[in-house]
Amino acid sequence: MNTGAKTIIRFENVTKAFGKVIAVDDVTLAIEEGEFFALLGPSGCGKTTLLRMLAGFETPSAGRILIDGQDISRTPPNRRPVNMVFQSYAVFPHMSVAENVGYGLRVDGVATAERARRVEEALALVKLEGYGARKPDQLSGGQRQRVAIARALVKRPRVLLLDEPLSALDAKLREQMRSELAQLQEKVGITFLFVTHDQDEALAMATRCAVMNRGLLQQVATPSDLYEYPNSRFVADFIGSVNLFEGRLVVDEPDHAVVAAPDLPTPVFLDHGVTGAHEATVWVALRPEKIELHKRGEGRPAPALEDTPKGHNQVAGVIRQIAYLGSESVYEVELEGGRMVRALRSNLARRDQEDFTWDEPVWLAWHACSPAILLS
Amino acid sequence: MNAPPAVRRTPPGPLDYLGRWPIRTWLILVVIYLYAPLITLMAFSFNDSRRNIVWRGFTLKYYAQTLADSDLITAFANSLTIAAVSTVVSVVLGALTALLLWRFRFPAKPALEGALALPIVVPEICMGVAMLVFFTQIVRWPTDLIWPLNLGAIIISHISFSFSFVAIVIRGRLASFNRELEEAAKDLGAGEWRIFRDILIPHMRPGLLAGALLAFTLSLDDFVITFFTSGPDTTTFPVKVYSMVRFSVTPEVNAASTLLIVLTVALTAVALRLQGADVARAETGEGL
Repeated sequence: MNTGAKTIIRFENVTKAFGKVIAVDDVTLAIEEGEFFALLGPSGCGKTTLLRMLAGFETPSAGRILIDGQDISRTPPNRRPVNMVFQSYAVFPHMSVAENVGYGLRVDGVATAERARRVEEALALVKLEGYGARKPDQLSGGQRQRVAIARALVKRPRVLLLDEPLSALDAKLREQMRSELAQLQEKVGITFLFVTHDQDEALAMATRCAVMNRGLLQQVATPSDLYEYPNSRFVADFIGSVNLFEGRLVVDEPDHAVVAAPDLPTPVFLDHGVTGAHEATVWVALRPEKIELHKRGEGRPAPALEDTPKGHNQVAGVIRQIAYLGSESVYEVELEGGRMVRALRSNLARRDQEDFTWDEPVWLAWHACSPAILLS
Repeated sequence: MNAPPAVRRTPPGPLDYLGRWPIRTWLILVVIYLYAPLITLMAFSFNDSRRNIVWRGFTLKYYAQTLADSDLITAFANSLTIAAVSTVVSVVLGALTALLLWRFRFPAKPALEGALALPIVVPEICMGVAMLVFFTQIVRWPTDLIWPLNLGAIIISHISFSFSFVAIVIRGRLASFNRELEEAAKDLGAGEWRIFRDILIPHMRPGLLAGALLAFTLSLDDFVITFFTSGPDTTTFPVKVYSMVRFSVTPEVNAASTLLIVLTVALTAVALRLQGADVARAETGEGL
């Protein structure tokens, strides 16, 4: 992430209403030059509408959109310094690959020789050298996408927009394209803005993400901050998997805090203060991989945690479900009182998954730095 | 204990059935049923008999007579002219109508869509009578104009029914258009006209071609409507043949019909060839 870089795109209080439905609700967002920025959210959250407003296919009902400080809210799409890679790729079926890539230059009146050179360059960039004469129906889905990317990049846009760039590819190819897109962005140095509903995709590729829900911007942060420091239950739940416990803030000191959650037999201890009113209702978000599993039974005391006072951050339970995923196993543990908690354990050694079995009594424990406290 | 060697006949594949004699017989019967009348017609155009009831021997003289029959040749030229002009106008009009219905929303749209299908469902005889009334009572089309302007009434009536066929064919083609292609072109800098020329027309091309073929053949073999709108100096080929048949079915009629069949088949072959060449050219990446 380039902190201190200059802002390239600015949404200022942008609202878009379709009749009575508000698709984008008062969004203010700045994207910096050179970022690989993700707009992330469930379907219908307004992320695509935001992207289409930037491309020029929708006009904001209120607010302004600026590119390089210029208001382009009312500029038609063919006069904007942005280019888009469509979800269906929208490769022109009656044109060859070279004609597709060169189309934007032809429209701009770039001379034939110059055009041919830049088309070659763009094709090389997406590793499609020698494919110029092919027709789109002779290409695979992944290759068609490369054509769409080359076609947009050849115009040297200020920002490249990608609408769900990986959703139409199969799982293996998707993984490969993730790193290729990131490499490509690094090479061309153009700001990329992509829309996705897939949180893995956003975390893996983006330098910064904006999470949207119901037209509202929920949180804008780096992928790791989104995951580790979500600002709401929505973000915590949407990004990755999480155990959420509702509770009351009973102790709130500058260097530690304690939350009493009815679902948990012992209180939750945190190694930092919470800026919330005492006795306020809060939610504790606990990621499954941050919960340790320990054997429980005769002669096995509760695990001691060096950073946590005794009687905190450890609960007894029984394993009810095990999902073996190869590299890791997911355990569904039932607490006294019936609450199910999900814990994740990496299978670091070959027979690690055999350590725990169904209906085995266990201790769940977590460090004081692990839980996130959410106020909304 | 040894299992007996498994002798299993592989069941026939779907195409293997064509090799079986009952299926083959059936196929031949169907082909005979479809083409026997046409083949008879063609065969008897070579019959050396004025009455043309029994086979008397091979001759080409009726072809010579047909080609020398200036009335028939005139009618034939009329037919081709009418077909050509009405095809061009119907394709343009039909394409524009299809675009209008596909692209825009407007108050009378359902009414217009319904009205578009009318010429297809209204019985031809009614259309014919309506045209007759229209061209004698409302707009009198002068019949003494120089050729081909005297064909105007027929051309207009042909356009009136064939353009709706064209519009429906192209409308169907447009329904499969991916709107993101249009947006992509716009995103790359193209204006509306450019998008229409570079993206929409190529997409519509098969529809335009099919519509044109349809309009051409509809016009060429229309009898009923033409019958009501043609005058003594403006007969078309089908109307002329009908008037010849009223006296007797002479080999000349057969010969003329054979020529028409050959022409239609040739035209269709050319059209298909052109379409094929179009695809081939596109595949090698030339053109544009």
